[in-house]
Amino acid sequence: MEQEEMTTGKNMPKAAVRTLRRLVSYLACDRPILVGIFCLIMIGISADLTGSYLLRPIINDYILPGDLSGLVRMLTILAGVYLAGIAAVWIRSYLLNRVAQRTVHRMRRDLFEKMEHLPIKYFDENQHGDLMSRYTNDIDRISDALTDSLSDMFSSVLTLTGIFVLMLYISPVLTLVALITVPLMMLSARRIVKKSSRYFKAQQASLGDMNGYIEEMISGQKVVKVFGHEPQVEEGFRVKNQDLQDKSLKAQFYSGMMMPVMQNLNTLTYVFITIVGGILAIYRGFDIGGLATFLQYSRQFGRPINELASLYTTIQAALAGAERIFQVMDEEPEPADAPDAVTIDQMKGEVALDQVYFSYDPGKTILKDINLCIPAGKKIALVGTTGAGKTTILNMLPRFYDIESGDITIDDISLYKIKRESLRKMMAIVLQDTHLFTGTVRENIRFGRLDATDEEVIEAARLTSTHSFIKRLQHGYDTMLYNDGENLSQGQRQLLNIARAAIANPTILLLDEATSNIDTRSEIRIQKGLDRLMEGRTSFVIAHRLSTIKNADQIVVLEYGQVIEKGTHQELLDRKGKYYSLYKEQFG
Amino acid sequence: MKKYWQIIKGYKTSLLLSPLLVLIMVLCETAQPMFMAKIVDNGVMLGDLSYIIRIGIYMVLISLLSLVVSIGNIYVSSYTSVGFGTDLRTALFNRIQQFSFSDIDLFSPASLITRLTNDITKIQMVILMSLRMLLRSPLMLIMALFFVLRINRDLGWILAVSIPVLSISLYIILRSAFPYFVIVQQKLDQLNEVVRENLTNIRLVKSFVREDFEVDKFERSSGELRDIVIRASNIVITAFPILQLVMNFSILAVLWFGGRKVINSQLQVGELISVVNYLAQILFSLMMLSMIIMTAARASASSERVLEVLNKEPSLTNTPEGVLNKYRVHKGEVIFQQVDFRYQDGETDVLHEINFSAYPGETIAVVGATGSAKTSLVQLIPRLYDVTGGQILIDGIDVRDYNLEELHEGVGVVLQKNVLFSGTIAENLRWGKEDATPEEMEEAARAAEAHDFIISLSDGYDTLLERGGSNLSGGQKQRICIARALLRKPKVLILDDNTSAVDTETELKIRTNLNRMLEDTTVFIITQRLNTMQSADRVMILDDGQIIAMGSPDELMETSEVYREIYNSQQLTL
Repeated sequence: MEQEEMTTGKNMPKAAVRTLRRLVSYLACDRPILVGIFCLIMIGISADLTGSYLLRPIINDYILPGDLSGLVRMLTILAGVYLAGIAAVWIRSYLLNRVAQRTVHRMRRDLFEKMEHLPIKYFDENQHGDLMSRYTNDIDRISDALTDSLSDMFSSVLTLTGIFVLMLYISPVLTLVALITVPLMMLSARRIVKKSSRYFKAQQASLGDMNGYIEEMISGQKVVKVFGHEPQVEEGFRVKNQDLQDKSLKAQFYSGMMMPVMQNLNTLTYVFITIVGGILAIYRGFDIGGLATFLQYSRQFGRPINELASLYTTIQAALAGAERIFQVMDEEPEPADAPDAVTIDQMKGEVALDQVYFSYDPGKTILKDINLCIPAGKKIALVGTTGAGKTTILNMLPRFYDIESGDITIDDISLYKIKRESLRKMMAIVLQDTHLFTGTVRENIRFGRLDATDEEVIEAARLTSTHSFIKRLQHGYDTMLYNDGENLSQGQRQLLNIARAAIANPTILLLDEATSNIDTRSEIRIQKGLDRLMEGRTSFVIAHRLSTIKNADQIVVLEYGQVIEKGTHQELLDRKGKYYSLYKEQFG
Repeated sequence: MKKYWQIIKGYKTSLLLSPLLVLIMVLCETAQPMFMAKIVDNGVMLGDLSYIIRIGIYMVLISLLSLVVSIGNIYVSSYTSVGFGTDLRTALFNRIQQFSFSDIDLFSPASLITRLTNDITKIQMVILMSLRMLLRSPLMLIMALFFVLRINRDLGWILAVSIPVLSISLYIILRSAFPYFVIVQQKLDQLNEVVRENLTNIRLVKSFVREDFEVDKFERSSGELRDIVIRASNIVITAFPILQLVMNFSILAVLWFGGRKVINSQLQVGELISVVNYLAQILFSLMMLSMIIMTAARASASSERVLEVLNKEPSLTNTPEGVLNKYRVHKGEVIFQQVDFRYQDGETDVLHEINFSAYPGETIAVVGATGSAKTSLVQLIPRLYDVTGGQILIDGIDVRDYNLEELHEGVGVVLQKNVLFSGTIAENLRWGKEDATPEEMEEAARAAEAHDFIISLSDGYDTLLERGGSNLSGGQKQRICIARALLRKPKVLILDDNTSAVDTETELKIRTNLNRMLEDTTVFIITQRLNTMQSADRVMILDDGQIIAMGSPDELMETSEVYREIYNSQQLTL
């Protein structure tokens, strides 16, 4: 599952660089705008530096000698320079925002798309809250970095270079002095980076973990209430919260150190420059204006370094977030269709299972040597004690999980030689748990077939005896459903599920306890509809109600993952086996 | 806002310490240009090298002091902001735990999750930034102003004009941006919800091959978020250019007025240079301020959302009687008197004039068409919802007079949705009874016909449930849920259609076990199965929120047409 990259020592910079590069590639789509931003940064910096540079002549050539009119002229030029700089910064921010949000949007979308194609196993095994956290908390870190840090990083580096050049121009000696502290800066920077990046990763992971816990508890809040389990849940939360606190504190502290350390090294530099500059001024006739300008530059030199230091935190958090996102994107998707896979159309729907073995976890075989043959359009009922493997078989057919050995064929074509999309399109599934989306009733039914017309939606609802209760809802088909249809009863939700399957017009129907939550009187009404629905379609039905089972074309009795009896209702009764004993219990 | 104060109170020391540390840092920083001016004017101009070096050393010492103090503040600010965030999160989570069913229905789970993590992180950031940088700005301002006035009072006027202009502009920007940030968080909620639904419904999505459809849906939602963030940011980014404008023109003013003063020998060159330097310092700190303001703007929307939940008083709490009295459920006699009920935002009564009495130890089957409010009725008994009219008595005492804890202790509920949590089977069972012994757990599991399949799993009771039990079948989950409730040995037990996924043979065994184990327990069982109805003491038939028939199965066979219908229509189950 989670592949903890050993981020210590030498490994870490490499991993970080890789993530950084990948992150940068997302920006590449907006290359033209980035170029524009770059130009604007250049303009802004030039304006900035020019503004500072002009101080020297202003002081030396106009203020000291007392040239007022010249001063006015110079100040006007300076004003123009300033305005250019401000305009550049403004436009740059505007463009940068757009780029950042567009990039983040692309990342979100890619993540979601990749996620949708992951195998069912991934969803069953991973905390949903943790996955959700990646879309929000982790993406946010990246968004922050892009908006705040990107241009600042560019401009800081460019500013540093520009100032460096100008400083050299004014006084090479002083520039040398200014550089004394640079190696020290690099060293401390590297040490701080190592520590803080480790803790940022830990922080994001802890946040994801907590998200997972919260999601579970809040989703199951009613159960928590019913068992009066609030104290325990709160305690569990406290522990995770504590962990997050610990990691966050360390991350914030170590990354926060960058700024004061850098700033102080910068101030030291400033001091050295002042001293040496003073000496030069006394003994070598270095001009005051020049000293003033140089000092201004060294102040300005400090700024980008400070900025880089404080941005540093943001960038690290962003990398930690990016890594978690890429991790999901890099997961193995559902295996690609075999190269010779076919698209199928107009299948008859004859299904055969041949010596099928399956286990969710290696070593714990759930299905053993299943052999079944269902002619097209027939109804097969799967019966047996819970846990016998009935739902598992249903999981195999749409290839939610793949069998270990043996084969499953439809119209003599192996499941594994059919394009998965094609395979699933010809099936419709109604599960035990209801699954409704936020949206109107109509939209939920239409989920079964997106191009269904409104009439077809109503027809499907009528077929499955769903129409009458929908009409009685306040807004009828336009009633909004939230949170898996919270405002409806369990039975009503299931009816919608069935209507949805009806509209899909499938060749193969998979019904897993589809009517278990519906009262029997309503079920009679639905039964006719269901029978109509199943007519001509190969149907796999898991149920406990005799009515559903009795008229199946074939009844398969499962126990401990094996088929122990097969036949029609009468045949099985005559056999006086397991089915018979189950049946007898009711009639005595 | 009061709620925030309650939490931040605990960090009083840091809140006082931090400004102090920042003050020292600011003093150190603002002193530097002053020293520099001295070096230029008294050292360089006068050719005094030793003076230069001496002042230089002072500057180094002050710088080191500043370093130590800064690191100290980094720690204090980190500690406080992270601590505040943690405490706020705890307060929010605990508040949610107090919510009644109706309250929970008001907020979508995705929204609560966003508020607990994303929103609080934003608030935390603001506190962090504030403690590190916010105080600098006003302090720097004051210091810089102080020094500038000390150098030359007239020049100080320039600052006196520019600073208010700046403040007003920033205020206007903030006000305009705020509504957008609220929408941003809402869009984030929506996005979260789309993701969450997909995660829960992935089987359905795959089976109907709706991946692309969902991706489009997501893309639209994400696109909306992107667009609204851009619009909000467009307002906020005007802050910095305005700041620059004001400050740059202040520099121009200083150069002009200051320059003239130098020419007229009213001001020394070194002093002029240091004033310009001070302006640079002010610019820098105001830049920090605008950054904080932007973050604060984004966070203020988050703050509203957090407070919305924090300030919501739970709608169902212990009444004063409930707090005082420690009634326990003894016999399990349940009486409904003229009970009406409707949901908080409901327009009509879901239940109307419900009257009946259930005797201790009785088993009552609750039956009715889909949507006839059976679940609503039974949920009123343990006060998961409160009646809107009439009253419910348990052992002669109104349920509202019971302490909620005792009430839930005495009334066990197995809900329709079988929710299990990550952890082992044993841990899930212990939700019923914290200190349950293995023997007790086995007894409950056996009664629920779950023991056999549990021990057939390789780790038995210690089997780890993946993500809410996805490695178990529906029927297995149901049985664990029943066992969990049985561990409580409640006096009243409510079973909401919980054996729907269980085959009849097993269900019969469970019922037999229950009858044996819970002879004295009053059981309400919502069911569709005739077998269950037939073996109950009495059957209650609900239709459209009212009781249309109630009596023993035999009685109803004779007197109730509806019951006969059910009987005849009813298929026996396998």
